[in-house]
Amino acid sequence: MSLLRVESLRTSLEGASGAVRAVDDVSFEIAAGETFALLGESGCGKSMTALSMMRLLPDAGSIAGGRVMLNGRDLLALPEAEMRTVRGREMAMIFQEPATSLNPVLTVGRQIGEVLARHTPLRGAAARRRSVELIEAVGIPDAARRLDEFPFQFSGGMKQRVMIAMALAGDPALLIADEPTTALDVTIQAQVLEQLGALQRSRGMGMLLITHDLGIVAQLAQRVGVMYAGELVEVAAQEVFFAAPRHPYAQKLFAALPLPERRGRALETIPGSVPLLNRPFAGCRFVERCAQAWPRCREEPPAWHAAAAGQAVRCHLYDRASGLRHRESGVPVQASDTRCCAAGPSLPVGSGQEAGAALLEVSDLRVHFPIRRGVLRRTVGQVRAVDGVSLGLTSGRTLALVGESGCGKTTAGKAILQLIEPTAGSVRYRGNELTALSAARLRALRGEMQIVFQDPYASLDPRMRVGDIIEEGMAALGTAAATAQRERRTAELLERVGLSADMRGRYPHEFSGGQRQRIAIARALAVAPRLLVCDEPTSALDVSVQAQILNLLKELQISLGLAYLFITHNIAVVEYLAQAVAVMYLGRIVERGSVEEVLGSPQHPYTQALLSAVPRLDAAQRREVIVLGGDMPSPARPPAGCHFHPRCPRAMPQCAARYPDETLLGATHAVRCFLHG
Amino acid sequence: MMPVVLWTDALVFLLLAAAVGAGFQVRRRAYLLASWRRVGESRAGMAALLVLLAFAAIGLLDSLHYRPRLADANGRPANGYSTEVRSALDALLRPLRNAAEKTYSAPLATHLYARETVEQPDGTQVRLFPRLKHGGAHLRDADAEWGGDVTWRVLRGLLIAVLAGLTFAFAAVHVAARRWGVRRAQAWRNIRRGETRLAWNAALLTAGLLLLVAGPAVSLAGGYHVLGTDKVGQDVLYLTLKSIRTGLVIGTLTTLAMLPFALALGIAAGYLGGWVDDVIQYIYTTLNSIPGVLLIAAAVLMVQVAIDTRPDWFATAAQRADARLLALCLILGVTSWTGLCRLLRAETLKLRELEYVQAAQAFGAPAARIMGRHILPNVMHIVLIAVVMDFSGLVLAEAVLSYIGIGVDPSTISFGTMINTARLELAREPVVWWSLVAAFTFMFVLVLAANLFADAVRDAFDPRLAGRRNAAAVRERP
Repeated sequence: MSLLRVESLRTSLEGASGAVRAVDDVSFEIAAGETFALLGESGCGKSMTALSMMRLLPDAGSIAGGRVMLNGRDLLALPEAEMRTVRGREMAMIFQEPATSLNPVLTVGRQIGEVLARHTPLRGAAARRRSVELIEAVGIPDAARRLDEFPFQFSGGMKQRVMIAMALAGDPALLIADEPTTALDVTIQAQVLEQLGALQRSRGMGMLLITHDLGIVAQLAQRVGVMYAGELVEVAAQEVFFAAPRHPYAQKLFAALPLPERRGRALETIPGSVPLLNRPFAGCRFVERCAQAWPRCREEPPAWHAAAAGQAVRCHLYDRASGLRHRESGVPVQASDTRCCAAGPSLPVGSGQEAGAALLEVSDLRVHFPIRRGVLRRTVGQVRAVDGVSLGLTSGRTLALVGESGCGKTTAGKAILQLIEPTAGSVRYRGNELTALSAARLRALRGEMQIVFQDPYASLDPRMRVGDIIEEGMAALGTAAATAQRERRTAELLERVGLSADMRGRYPHEFSGGQRQRIAIARALAVAPRLLVCDEPTSALDVSVQAQILNLLKELQISLGLAYLFITHNIAVVEYLAQAVAVMYLGRIVERGSVEEVLGSPQHPYTQALLSAVPRLDAAQRREVIVLGGDMPSPARPPAGCHFHPRCPRAMPQCAARYPDETLLGATHAVRCFLHG
Repeated sequence: MMPVVLWTDALVFLLLAAAVGAGFQVRRRAYLLASWRRVGESRAGMAALLVLLAFAAIGLLDSLHYRPRLADANGRPANGYSTEVRSALDALLRPLRNAAEKTYSAPLATHLYARETVEQPDGTQVRLFPRLKHGGAHLRDADAEWGGDVTWRVLRGLLIAVLAGLTFAFAAVHVAARRWGVRRAQAWRNIRRGETRLAWNAALLTAGLLLLVAGPAVSLAGGYHVLGTDKVGQDVLYLTLKSIRTGLVIGTLTTLAMLPFALALGIAAGYLGGWVDDVIQYIYTTLNSIPGVLLIAAAVLMVQVAIDTRPDWFATAAQRADARLLALCLILGVTSWTGLCRLLRAETLKLRELEYVQAAQAFGAPAARIMGRHILPNVMHIVLIAVVMDFSGLVLAEAVLSYIGIGVDPSTISFGTMINTARLELAREPVVWWSLVAAFTFMFVLVLAANLFADAVRDAFDPRLAGRRNAAAVRERP
């Protein structure tokens, strides 16, 4: 018998525009000791499913029907008082954002103790002993001491472990993990995922894993459910699913992933966006975006069809009577199809390889922020956010600056654009030393260097129309003086980034995340830049939308000869887009070279660990994860010697003594490590 | 007559024009319109808005000033104008204004509240409560006829109010039916059940209540002093109606004086940072640490001295009193910008780090342009909320300041001066309570309406309340 059985669960949310059916007829089962992954893009109802199961819906939400059977009891029929004993005891949940899930004014021990007091007879010393066990179980060293610390004394990854410990305190039979590592860096993510997997195996817990990351699913789950627009559209065993996803949406999700072998080709995108769920659907919900749709898809909602052993798909294509014909009638089902790409079938491989004159040369760039203390605000130290970064970039090429959060990559990007004043070093742009330019001369060069930001919601002024947003740069720099000229250019740019010119009069809130990012790109392009600093431009977007933006960036690079400084933590995007890579750790570049050199044969132990931590889809490609101990140190107090040596699995005595010099391993490949010195 | 535009009149009408202009701006911007609609969806907000509009109408009528032409001994117009400045409200309330008694009389009384020695026709003197000159003067036998007359007048007033209310409601339903394109019965049902986008049922109900109070009051005012008379025999109802303008002027013009400081300094401190921030913070922490009343008292006394030593600046006493009123507004404004300034600085610090501001910096847009185009529109909701919330506080502040003698000119009629004189009236025996009660009631209604309206505005504009708003909307829906 299965541990959890969800039967046609339906949840609706009251919104300004009527009831939204966030979860619509979702059914699945989880056996004890099994990990079931709910996969899908944002807005598909994954979290709402979990919250409905816990009966923790927001005020606007209500469960419209269905059953949630846990150990044979229907949770939806329980009175609230009894439900409180279920939460934490039989079913526990960990959330995405560890920073806001812990109470900042209580010690970690108190918070775990509360759960123990609620769900177990343990009190006093016994409860404390149990807390220490739990904290040790999730891999936090020095547990007895750390129990008396406050959440702010823990790093993000540690907080998430504490959350896991709290969830485990009631010894639940089912753990719901809602995007447990989305807010964490990739090396920390590797630590937490491994811990989670080990705990789940050793306790025989059932786990519902909610994620948008195919790599995490591949690593952790035994079975997968794909959600789309409030419905489950495919349920399959993990191996079967990854070998051959059947639902067109699942196939598109795979096809949209930026992978090294897709370099030089446009990524497949899913046109359109997830439909609004406040209306009834006559047919399949994916029909508007499906390349394989046929008339029946519009008229009749598809039923479940078995596609293979342990694989069920909600798609007419797998209806034995009629679907086969359509599948064989020429529309290929395989994921490698690239025919529907907006940007054309294939892009010239390695475009811009012919190295032009250096566009940007950065040498020994430093940005230090003073730490001021006391009444007189005296400087007592420096946060060395960027501490001696050198890199070069030529027209039409992409340099990826890779690193985890807090390593200074964004600060470096902004300092290059002189949005933050560098403390030392030189930034030469086409022969002009930017750090020494007067404000007026710098303004004249502003148009040539632009930036695209990470968060498409924060990067557009909500009070301005799209037309005004795009015209702002032209007005500020005086590139297009006449109003008519500006308007014509705005219309051109909107068309260029794949929007329509009549969207000029709308406000940003009327657009989706991907569309907003297009507007942000149009705004940067408005002043005809040569260098574009892209600060994680796709990390806030879903995979299919990310593919659209990457295609657009690539296409713009080819047609306009733009140089990109691409700041990211997403290795997959680097592999797909960049020609050169620089890996940053704690304010310094530890390894740089071409993509093939750095990602193909990483030499620095940090690069190796970083790459190994990236969850891979393909079991064959998966490397042994090098789990780094601890967290990135604070840039205010970097470790002596090589900054990486306290976490380095191959540290030597001399590593603590001084920072290694750069060693050239090839024409372009350089590394700063004594292993190669 | 000769129109007179006092300084505060000019500013009040400037403010009105600005409000109308802002209204047109709001119509053009979808996100602002949506927020204001939410104000209209709140029942309390609509009711409060209607009460405020009634007060504002009285205040505006009282802001149309003129000097009447002098009359000669025979009542024919003569050359020259009176030195007395009157307003349109005075003209409307002329019966009340002219119906001065000798001294105190209770509400609806027919006799004075103080005994006087009266010489009888036969030459003997008796001490009695003499009949009023105006209040109940139409009654031949005051004691016998008073009850019947008052009842009849109240009923007449109520009848007129009900008729007027029904006419108004019918007109409203008619207009609504035409706009929504439904039958009148349907429109009425929608309004009554609150199934309209804006809370028209609350507005109609409030209008009805206002009429029910105003009808009998107007009817009674024809023959009595509805709220009694004060020490020099002035009608208290007239005084309270005149006080409304003073309260509104203080509440609105002070804001006008405060906003430039709060906006410019708050945004500059937050955006520019560095020494600018240090200086501005230094100024407002210093200003905040001086007791406000002391600062206001010192400034008001200085202004008073300046006014007293330059009598040639002002043609009339009204202009002199107005100068002091304006000065009080400015002083209150200059001393009360710190709170909003601090809020704006904090918000600007947050906005400054947002990416659209950095994108503008990447274009090399000058700081003034970024502050004006990106920061200012995005802090306006805070300004609006603060301004509406401050209004009621300022009306109360006027009362307190006038009470301790550093408020408006003693000749200006205001809630504060009324309460100040009531201090002595409460100390005498028998107690004269009606001045205080009248001033208190009107001020209470004004401030309560302003507070309710401020709450509705805050709920509609504060982005942090957006989530709660949705949840509330769900609860209200069956």
